[in-house]
Amino acid sequence: MNPFACQSVLTLLLTSTLAMSSAHLAFADDDDDEDDEHEHKRNSLFESRLAPVVNATYSEECGSCHMAYQPGLLPPRDWARIMAPDALINHYGDDASLSEALRAEISAFLGANAANVARSMVPGDASNTGAVSGGLPRITESADFKHEHDEIPARLVTGNPEVNSFSQCNACHQKAAEGNYDERWIDIPGHGPWRD
Amino acid sequence: MKRHLATALLSANLLILPAIPWAADPVAGAAGWIKEYPQTDGSKPRSCSTCHGRDLTQPGQHAKTGKVIEPMAPSVNPQRLTDSAKIEKWLRRNCRWTIGRECNAAEKADFIAYIKTQ
Ligand code: HEC
Ligand code: HEC
Ligand code: HEC
Repeated sequence: MNPFACQSVLTLLLTSTLAMSSAHLAFADDDDDEDDEHEHKRNSLFESRLAPVVNATYSEECGSCHMAYQPGLLPPRDWARIMAPDALINHYGDDASLSEALRAEISAFLGANAANVARSMVPGDASNTGAVSGGLPRITESADFKHEHDEIPARLVTGNPEVNSFSQCNACHQKAAEGNYDERWIDIPGHGPWRD
Repeated sequence: MKRHLATALLSANLLILPAIPWAADPVAGAAGWIKEYPQTDGSKPRSCSTCHGRDLTQPGQHAKTGKVIEPMAPSVNPQRLTDSAKIEKWLRRNCRWTIGRECNAAEKADFIAYIKTQ
């Protein structure tokens, strides 16, 4: 049996299922978006729906100080840098050090579920600019992230005690923990839903 | 016999179980809990209560991320102090973050003794 034939049948099935799901209906009724914006969203690997986190070790260890970010939010190279032993000890100004066994398990999980590598080649992708302490990459520093969030005034983010920083995805995205960043589930504390 | 002792010492160190119970002092733990450590970089002084609060029966809040931390008091949160690996991991991280170094066995035992009374 030809494995490629098998794969394309699967892809077909998957695509048609997706096409019928509400995930795509969201795009369909998004008619107030300009066309190029629409294009960007389709091409962007920064999706509004991400696979939820399904690894209990990861959720426990990487979800205690902030939400457990979906692996799909960063390319494998960036996760590898974040998961280096030295980097975990100086983790964005905090200490997230792990035993070697846990570190290996979580690294493997992140590597296998990370964003498509292609993303790290997107021109202007700033996820590797290392603008922060220890030079660690950030989701919130990537070009895709900035593109989606550039219209939100600072007073609603850093000036908002209920948000603090863009790193707190779940402060505004009510279903962030499920990997759902769809605009209909946005509620900025002290501001409410987002209409652009 | 010798090996026994070594193992006992080792696990006491690793698990911070108060193997030397007379050394664990909840009063010292309580004082240590609210002791403030000034920061050289101009940021606010740090203490255990920065994230966990002074009333351990109430939820705390992570100083940097704002994430809610469930109450530390076992009287309202029976999950607390039930997993020695978890306790050891967090004491290592939190002592480093708060005090700027790891806590010694006596300090750790005092903190645990204090939390247990809450
Ligand atoms: C001891 C607390 C703690 C633990 C445990 C922890 N983090 Fe963090 N993490 C932080 C802090 C603090 C920040 C910075 C948040 C900010 O700037 O508002 C952060 C930021 C991040 C960011 C950058 C978010 C952005 O701004 O784009 C990533 C990615 C991240 N953490 C991944 C992880 C992973 C993976 C693990 C598990 C190995 C983990 N964290 C465990 C405290 C922690
Ligand atoms: C201060 C509130 C706030 C925070 C914090 C925040 N976002 Fe957003 N996010 C928004 C708003 C508002 C939009 C819609 C922007 C627009 O359409 O102009 C958005 C849009 C998005 C989109 C596009 C959704 C779509 O339907 O296309 C994604 C994906 C996303 N955010 C992911 C994240 C991630 C991941 C984090 C954390 C690392 C995060 N956001 C943190 C407010 C926030
Ligand atoms: C920067 C924030 C922060 C500071 C400061 C902090 N902690 Fe914590 N601590 C946490 C977080 C986050 C957890 C794990 C979250 C959870 O289990 O709900 C935790 C967990 C713990 C635990 C594990 C409890 C258990 O059994 O579940 C102990 C013990 C602990 N902290 C003690 C301390 C002591 C002692 C200090 C002061 C030296 C301190 N913490 C300072 C954030 C902090």
